[in-house]
Amino acid sequence: MDTKIATDRLRLSFGETEVLKTISIKVHKNTITGFMGPSGSGKSTLISVINRMIDFENNVRIEGDATIDGTSILDGSINPIELRRRVGTVFAVPIPLPRSIFENVAYGPRLKGTSDRTTLHHIVEDSLKKAFLWDEVKDRLGTSALKLSGGQQQRLCLARTLALKPEIILLDEPCSGLDPISTAKIEDALSELKSEYTIILVSNNTKQIARISDFSAFFYLGELIEYDTTEKVFTAPSETKTEDYIQGKFG
Amino acid sequence: MIDRTVLKEHLVKWVLVAFALSSLLFLFLIFIFILAEGLPLFLKVGLNKIIFGMKWAPTKGHFGIFPMIISSFLVTIGALIIGAPLGLSCAIYLSEYAGKRTRMLLKPAIELLAGIPSVVFGFLGVIYIVPLVRNYLGGSGFSLISTCLVLGVMILPTIISISFDALVSVPRTYREGSAAMGATKWQTIYKVIIPSAKSGILASFILGMGRAIGETMAVIMIAGNALKIPTGILDPLRTLTGNIALELAYATGDHRLGLFSTGVVLMVIIMILNYIANFGIKRKIAK
Repeated sequence: MDTKIATDRLRLSFGETEVLKTISIKVHKNTITGFMGPSGSGKSTLISVINRMIDFENNVRIEGDATIDGTSILDGSINPIELRRRVGTVFAVPIPLPRSIFENVAYGPRLKGTSDRTTLHHIVEDSLKKAFLWDEVKDRLGTSALKLSGGQQQRLCLARTLALKPEIILLDEPCSGLDPISTAKIEDALSELKSEYTIILVSNNTKQIARISDFSAFFYLGELIEYDTTEKVFTAPSETKTEDYIQGKFG
Repeated sequence: MIDRTVLKEHLVKWVLVAFALSSLLFLFLIFIFILAEGLPLFLKVGLNKIIFGMKWAPTKGHFGIFPMIISSFLVTIGALIIGAPLGLSCAIYLSEYAGKRTRMLLKPAIELLAGIPSVVFGFLGVIYIVPLVRNYLGGSGFSLISTCLVLGVMILPTIISISFDALVSVPRTYREGSAAMGATKWQTIYKVIIPSAKSGILASFILGMGRAIGETMAVIMIAGNALKIPTGILDPLRTLTGNIALELAYATGDHRLGLFSTGVVLMVIIMILNYIANFGIKRKIAK
């Protein structure tokens, strides 16, 4: 399988605190890879390296490398803004912009310079359908996105990310605040999407990772403890830590 | 027997209530006083003849303040045309681009600008702006444009500090959400932050207008105080506030009442502006 994202002995610290300890991982193309681990394990930080949102933090020191399609993304020559158009991110708390549903989804394409009404409509409809939200909002695209329910807002954020036509989608605990029905809808959408995208799903919910991911990585205190196919990790983990975590003995 | 601490608590509370209400009382008294002095002339001469009258010759029975109303609006709008883009740009710089140290240097400086007495602004206007306008643009220099320039600077602190508060209160998540979609910093500011802070920014403009329309001392020093509607930016003009300040010292009888009528009109305009600004701020909180 092709490698889409890779890190090579990636180390990261905030001031004196080392948050990622020599992480080397290869994420395969067109799969869903689950990142799990208790809070403070470094999984979200790893995500923020891949989309370079880490740039917004102060006092960060990074060693090692991270690549997408074999090209370093930590290189000074990489434009983080270009990068974020290739790497879409859905955050834990849905952050709709204070605009209409339509404008939220059209925001990314507009930033890239798409202004043609028909093209935008097409992108918006397509993205909302892929995020399993179209049927619920198609009659009220002009209303404020802030009026949607939490689950709808999160799917809107997914649609907004899809509208950028990214290669990679990062989801940072996208279902942490959602009810089971909304969660199921997001999971259905993700399973459909993996044929076109490479997806990384960060979650505390091991059952969710087991349900929809192809590969699973277990992080603990900044270290990558185990990384294999989801089937292997969940049925025959090679590390006792992983087994304990999956069985809910700590977390 | 009543507990002494409870009694004390009540006492403190009621004293504070009395002080709080006193400001309301003052406002009410000012209102009554100005109306009592200003309204009789409206009844005697007629609302139309005062508000739309072109001629102000109070000793001969002409109380038209229309040129002054127009002049007050002109200087206010002119001040806003100069102060709004400057003030908003400064607020955006402070909230989005400036580092902690620059901010710590600039904010107190801007607050200090608000504390400079208006007579000093007027003085600087007379010494520097008026000759500059006279030499480079023509006319006497005591003009609409000079007044607008000085007022534009005077309303900067109001616009900057209120716009700044509105901009920094835009949640960090909006900025991150926008950045995660590949927006540049300016795109985020232009498309997300400014629209989110819109009502606060508008409120800052309106409060700036309120300050400009109420400004008196600097205006009489620079405006030239002529009694007609200015036809160009180099013409002198007289504002409502200027009219009162210039003539009150020697006015008697109906003349004096005419100045109070001017005050009534001014007060109504300022109340409308304040109402609009409060409405804007409330909408921002409701969101």
